[in-house]
Amino acid sequence: MTTRRLERGGRLLNRARPLGMRFDAYYVRAFEGDTLASAILANGHRLLGRSFKYHRPRSVVASGPEEPNALLGVGEGGRFTPNVRATTEPARDRLVCRSQNAWPSLDTDVGIVNDWMAKGLPAGFYYKTFLSPRPFWKHVFEPFIRRAAGLGEAPSEPDADTYETTYAFCDTLVVGGGIAGLAAAKDAADRGDRVILVEQNAHWGGRAPVDGDVVEGQAAEDWVRDALRTLDASENVTCIPSCQAAGVYDHGYVLLNERLDGDGPRERLWRVRAGRVVVATGALERPLSFAGNDVPGVMLASAVRDYVVNWGVSPGERTVIVTNNDDAYRTALTLLNAGLEVRAILDARPKADGALSRRVAERGVDIQMGRGVAKVLGGKTVTGVATCAQSGEGEVLQTIECDAVAMSGGWSPVVHLWSHCGGKLQWDAGRAMFVPDADRPPLGADGTGFVTTTGAASGDLTLAGLAVDVAQHATAPILPVWQMPEGAPHALRAKSFLDFQNDVKVSDVRLAAQEGFESVEHAKRYTTLGMATDQGKLSNINGLAILSDALGQPIPQTGTTTFRPPWTPVTLGALAGEAAGELFQPLRRTPMHERHEQAGAFWEPVGRWRRPYCFPQGKESHADAVAREIAATRNGVGMLDASTLGKLRVSGPDAGRFVDMLYTNMMSNLGVGRCRYGLMCDENGFLIDDGVVARLSDDVWLCHTTTGGAERIHGWMEDWLQTEWFDWQVHVVDLTEQFAQIAVVGPKARTVLERLGGMDVSRDTLPFMRWSAGTLAGIPVRVFRISFSGELSYEIAVPANHGLELWDAIAAAGADLGITPYGTEALHVMRAEKGFVMIGDETDGTIIPQDLGLDWAISKKKDDFLGKRGQQRTHMTDPDRWKLVGLRTLDGSVLPDGAYALDEGRNENGQRKVQGRVTSTYRSPTLGHGIAMGLVRRGPDRMGQVLFFTGSRGKTIDAEIVSPVFYDPDGEKQDA
Amino acid sequence: MPDARVERVTGMGMLTLRGAMDVLGPALGEVCALAAPDQRMSEAQGGLRANWMSPDEIMVVCPVERTADLAHRLEERLTGAFATVVDVSDARAAFDVTGLDAAGVLTKLMPVDFARMQPAEVRRTRMAQIPATCWCEGRGWRVVCFRSVAAYADALLRNAAASAVAGT
Repeated sequence: MTTRRLERGGRLLNRARPLGMRFDAYYVRAFEGDTLASAILANGHRLLGRSFKYHRPRSVVASGPEEPNALLGVGEGGRFTPNVRATTEPARDRLVCRSQNAWPSLDTDVGIVNDWMAKGLPAGFYYKTFLSPRPFWKHVFEPFIRRAAGLGEAPSEPDADTYETTYAFCDTLVVGGGIAGLAAAKDAADRGDRVILVEQNAHWGGRAPVDGDVVEGQAAEDWVRDALRTLDASENVTCIPSCQAAGVYDHGYVLLNERLDGDGPRERLWRVRAGRVVVATGALERPLSFAGNDVPGVMLASAVRDYVVNWGVSPGERTVIVTNNDDAYRTALTLLNAGLEVRAILDARPKADGALSRRVAERGVDIQMGRGVAKVLGGKTVTGVATCAQSGEGEVLQTIECDAVAMSGGWSPVVHLWSHCGGKLQWDAGRAMFVPDADRPPLGADGTGFVTTTGAASGDLTLAGLAVDVAQHATAPILPVWQMPEGAPHALRAKSFLDFQNDVKVSDVRLAAQEGFESVEHAKRYTTLGMATDQGKLSNINGLAILSDALGQPIPQTGTTTFRPPWTPVTLGALAGEAAGELFQPLRRTPMHERHEQAGAFWEPVGRWRRPYCFPQGKESHADAVAREIAATRNGVGMLDASTLGKLRVSGPDAGRFVDMLYTNMMSNLGVGRCRYGLMCDENGFLIDDGVVARLSDDVWLCHTTTGGAERIHGWMEDWLQTEWFDWQVHVVDLTEQFAQIAVVGPKARTVLERLGGMDVSRDTLPFMRWSAGTLAGIPVRVFRISFSGELSYEIAVPANHGLELWDAIAAAGADLGITPYGTEALHVMRAEKGFVMIGDETDGTIIPQDLGLDWAISKKKDDFLGKRGQQRTHMTDPDRWKLVGLRTLDGSVLPDGAYALDEGRNENGQRKVQGRVTSTYRSPTLGHGIAMGLVRRGPDRMGQVLFFTGSRGKTIDAEIVSPVFYDPDGEKQDA
Repeated sequence: MPDARVERVTGMGMLTLRGAMDVLGPALGEVCALAAPDQRMSEAQGGLRANWMSPDEIMVVCPVERTADLAHRLEERLTGAFATVVDVSDARAAFDVTGLDAAGVLTKLMPVDFARMQPAEVRRTRMAQIPATCWCEGRGWRVVCFRSVAAYADALLRNAAASAVAGT
């Protein structure tokens, strides 16, 4: 490969720092300051990738974030990133990158057959072709298409890099470090604002230094240097290069994405609250739509200048320039000044007489007015252009040999950030561009605009408003050219690309219009125009102009598609920030967590808590561990970490009235020192939580909630107190985390507590459903005689900092009695053996307490409680409702969870009718057979009947309806 | 490496006071010799601190050995009034973040404008994925979160303290 690096030039290069990289099988020499694109081009490579649909050979077309073609897979292993734009990724020593969407190689890619068949693959082809037979879509077409499609591969290893988030606040955020942005930042800084200025590139100044502008009498490059010096010296200004503003959101919230170098995080996501956002994001040059405008070697005219001036790279030795505006004439001057040849300028305008064109003419360049490109010659690289009259139908007038084409279809202000939050646009027909409508900005909380635009982003391409010397700038007006030539026949339109990445051509958009996709949003989705990773930065305006033309309506009537964040892609790593590995999610740990870990707990996630599911010993299976834990508890003594239970302290003069409203049963008459099981329902009467309430003193109730219900029920209480009963004097304090709670359970539980000493826990002093405060083993505790297992049971609440200490003391005191820690599964099985319901198993948001046979817990004396009226609705009192029963399989097996009880006949959808379902099902080690609870139509009236439940592989399982209380139905044990 | 150290704080007692400010204020003055803090502010003196938590909540911070006595005296003083005094010393975990870059470390985790925070200001906010509160303590920052997520908070703070500080 011959080098295309020019001997001189390259303002961003540090030629003293050579770098070496690998691109596919090639060694690439680069300099510090290169991008991957400039380095690969400099090494004589033109082909950088294959297009998405037709696998056409593609090269670099742009020099910035708008690049649609030059997407590479960068890095290796845990640092591999797909779809990286080569035009913005800095060259680094020993970097490895590879082309995408090509097999077996970039140069000889078999997918190119799609291009030969392009006639058969128009817009909507997939939608139309693969409609039938239906199963074929899922099993044949889709897998095939998915293999053929797709650009970069997903990384196969975990990300080896780290990322971080940071928050920032400012009065003024300026986006864009070109002349306009620097000027705006200086203004804001002079006003005393706290300013953040960001620039997506590593260098400042935007286009002005490349184009040799003169600002306030100074060369742009010098002006930029001085401005930066001033800003850097200002304490109230933070300048961040290599940082894009990805999105603007309501209330001045802006997401920035900074690329970092060196060790430490790879990217930083800034979450900024800005009082005001100044968008100085410049403009993007538009391609022209002529046949073969995607052939490698065709490049935006401004990009050609960038490669020559910024990176000392010659995109071509002999270039033809095709344009509809004066700006592209700068490219001619740049090329000539670099000693490169300009074969011709094809200017679509009938005439143009600006200062720029005169200067080019003076240099002896062949300027052909009213001309355009009929087609580009060449396949993998440009070999020439066939010219035609712009006003004609593409009849070839002349063939010009060349190795590069520089095109300019005019400029589009970058209005993305203006639009993200609802800023409106207006079409400027004279300049052929959508510009921000300053009268309709995105509005802040105070009803005024919080985003403004400046410079080229406002449509001021010459920066005339910023004291830029405009004498040297374009003066002849642009001629809007959306198709070249004007009367291009289908054959040419079918090779005129609008969206390079998704291979959408002028012919596709016309077809969409013809088929009735009149809305720009529909046409976009039908053709995939602008839906690639570049989000239509180059194609959007050209596409909607073609659509407008096809529909015979003015451009503003068609409008643009919606500009949505991010401006350029943000990696998932940056969005996740520090939330990876051990910081992925906060885990809630009880004070005894560490001890459970040492005991080999198998963990179960319960909300964000981790609770031991069981404590397997050695090679013991989980089922065996659960059976052992239950047997030890039922026959001796077990202990459970119940710290995760919600503990809400409700106090105040109106607390009694309040708990009466929240619970279905009466709580205000609960005596001090006593406990009562209670149910909470929502307004519709559905059961939402349950737990034991203890009366601590005259005006204090302690409400235990389920583990998952603690925060939800706290919020539920506050909701009623703050909105409905705001004049009630009640305080609710969530003490869930203040106390560790340990259940000591089993016939020998009392012995263990007596050994700890400090308080009387005898049956007489502390009977069932009472509580008492005192000390155990010298630790202050509150002991509740409550049972969720059916055994003699004490639940001991202890200040969390003493939780582990008490746990250890209990374990030691019960060691010779075989005290056994048990997990949530043993808890579940034991409560099911007793027929106790579990919120979330027996309930699912549609279950009322009456369905569960809990009528006894519903007060008939109270005038009102939450859910009372809901439960009186006819559907809730229907005797046909499914109600709780026990289920016992005839063969002793375990019913599948959620299995349905079959009924006779079929419903209107042809499905088998059902009459009940399983809500909890376990093997009871105590009883030696399967036990289950379920909801069955009129269940309690049908004791002894046998139902058929759905099993696997079409088999049914016979189960008898029995009482849900399988174990100790008279409750003698828990009352022991 | 930024100049920041993270240390778990032990021995910190905390009381939650609930009630109207004009009810809590005088009791706080008599028992703790502290004025009721203004909205979002704190009052500190003699090893005691009162943080404004919400329009009807104050958090009293004290040495843990004084908790029971203060709670008892406050309760006594507030007898008959609609007010609540609860010891929550065990419900939370506290950390001190100190060093020149302490605020820079917290900036990565909390949506707080530290540069504009007043010396006596208290923030109830969010630290990455958990609720947290923070205030200026000596030459650094004290961060308090729920005790169940202490391990997460610890890892989070240490991770943030281990890499470069943005924008400073």
